[in-house]
Amino acid sequence: MSRLDLVAAAYLVAAVLFVLGLKSLGRPRTAPRGNLLGASGMLVAVLATLLDRSIVDFRILLAGLVVGSAIGMVLAVKVRMTAMPQLVALFNGFGGGASVLVATASLVEVGDQGLVDDQFAVAAALTALIGAVTLTGSMVAFTKLQEIGSLRSFPGLAVLRATMVIVAVVASVMVVTRPGDQGWMWALVAAGALLGVFGTIAIGGADMPVVIALLNSCSGVAASTAGFVLDNSLLIIAGSLVGASGLVLTQIMCRSMNRSLFDVVFGSLAASGVAPDASDVYGDRVTSTSAEEVAMLLEVAERVAIVPGYGLAVAQAQHAVRDLMRTLNDSGVEVVFGIHPVAGRMPGHMNVLLAEAEIDYERLLDMDQINPTFAQTDVTIVIGANDVVNPSARTDPDSPIAGMPILDVDESRTVVVVKRSLSPGFAGIPNPLFAADGTLMLFGDGKDAVLDVVAALLNG
Amino acid sequence: MTLLVAFTLFVLAVFLGLELITKVPATLHTPLMSGSNAVSGITLIGAMVSAGTDHSALTTWLGFVAVVLATVNVVGGFLVTGRMLAMFSARSTKRRPSVGEEPS
Repeated sequence: MSRLDLVAAAYLVAAVLFVLGLKSLGRPRTAPRGNLLGASGMLVAVLATLLDRSIVDFRILLAGLVVGSAIGMVLAVKVRMTAMPQLVALFNGFGGGASVLVATASLVEVGDQGLVDDQFAVAAALTALIGAVTLTGSMVAFTKLQEIGSLRSFPGLAVLRATMVIVAVVASVMVVTRPGDQGWMWALVAAGALLGVFGTIAIGGADMPVVIALLNSCSGVAASTAGFVLDNSLLIIAGSLVGASGLVLTQIMCRSMNRSLFDVVFGSLAASGVAPDASDVYGDRVTSTSAEEVAMLLEVAERVAIVPGYGLAVAQAQHAVRDLMRTLNDSGVEVVFGIHPVAGRMPGHMNVLLAEAEIDYERLLDMDQINPTFAQTDVTIVIGANDVVNPSARTDPDSPIAGMPILDVDESRTVVVVKRSLSPGFAGIPNPLFAADGTLMLFGDGKDAVLDVVAALLNG
Repeated sequence: MTLLVAFTLFVLAVFLGLELITKVPATLHTPLMSGSNAVSGITLIGAMVSAGTDHSALTTWLGFVAVVLATVNVVGGFLVTGRMLAMFSARSTKRRPSVGEEPS
């Protein structure tokens, strides 16, 4: 077996490990093994690449591997679970950035040798463009999630976007027709980078789950097109797998918010909807309550549902909620958690936050699982969630969130909403749930309020 | 590899990717995403070739930065995914003995 065959065979092994890894990651019991399979596939691929004959100098390459591993390890070990979406955005951006650099380096190298054909040039142009969009788009998402600065939409953004699309198309054509000219390649990278910024700058916090999923898909596509550049089967296969799976998650997120991908990217938040006036909705019908009163309700309850939103993570109330769950369990109350698909800042984020607080994932129910059970629930506690429990989505066809799938918490006997004030959620609309007959508002910081309830339960 | 062969791989892998991810419970969406994100760091092997080919100073340095970025993506991605999944499985393994004890 020649060395070339050996590398090709190793790439096949790596591809199979990636497929098995992704498949296993989809089931709770096999997920840790899936992660190991994926990592093994990567190790096989890297080791096989070291056999590549075109590599003549290993020093720079090994230095890069060491530096990158060190940075990656520190980031992965230090990150807090609340910051997971930022970290994934950052890693995404790095992956996209690496694809850009690989494409440009190959274009320079093959261009110098005068060996550029059309397939190569088209693939290189696509990789440079998609990779650059992924890189800067992810960085904008990172700053938004990390709450650095205040990037937002500005007048003329649409014009700038359109201009950049035209520049990118022109530069792509020039890269393909005049591959020896490196200037066009850098112009294309710059246009892609600006397009990534202009494309994500207007996207709001609540749409982040969609954006992260979409950028994840883009980084896969960039790796796949890089495979066409390098004529490398493993890059094509692994990149396409990730591109496709990212697209599936993007679709799931869009459906959970009842928004099209187009609306998310182009920042048009249901312009058709009409939001009712807050004072009309709330009037003097909002009932405020105290921690002691909530504790008394919980003492006589048989089944309690807790519905967390991102506000719970902001208030760092995960551990307080766990204490509440344990206290209730000790007195024989059944406690479940209802998780909306877009609770948190990335798909499945809330599940991770609650798992970190040592809450069994069997207690975490999806929207479809928990909705039929609200009618048999004595008390539902909503913490830091708003739009995803707004019954207007079901009842008011004119509402901006009409048709969005929600958690039907209003069907439970009593709803306790833990919230700082009556301020609206991301959709900017009042929530009739707060003024409903069975709803009690427990105003205050999420963590303090929950701890007060726990204290009242223990003292009562 | 001809363009058609490359396209065949691409199309088949896309269909496979779509099949693999359907019906994944929401609990696993975040680990799945960070895990698949790490897999997309496969660009690393292309970056390694660029960094090691010694064609010119420019391509070597482009390759070096690409290797660093892709390695951060790969190593950080798999590690953090492992960290998250350990939180999930720690809970279920800890509870298993108590389930076994129930009959007594």
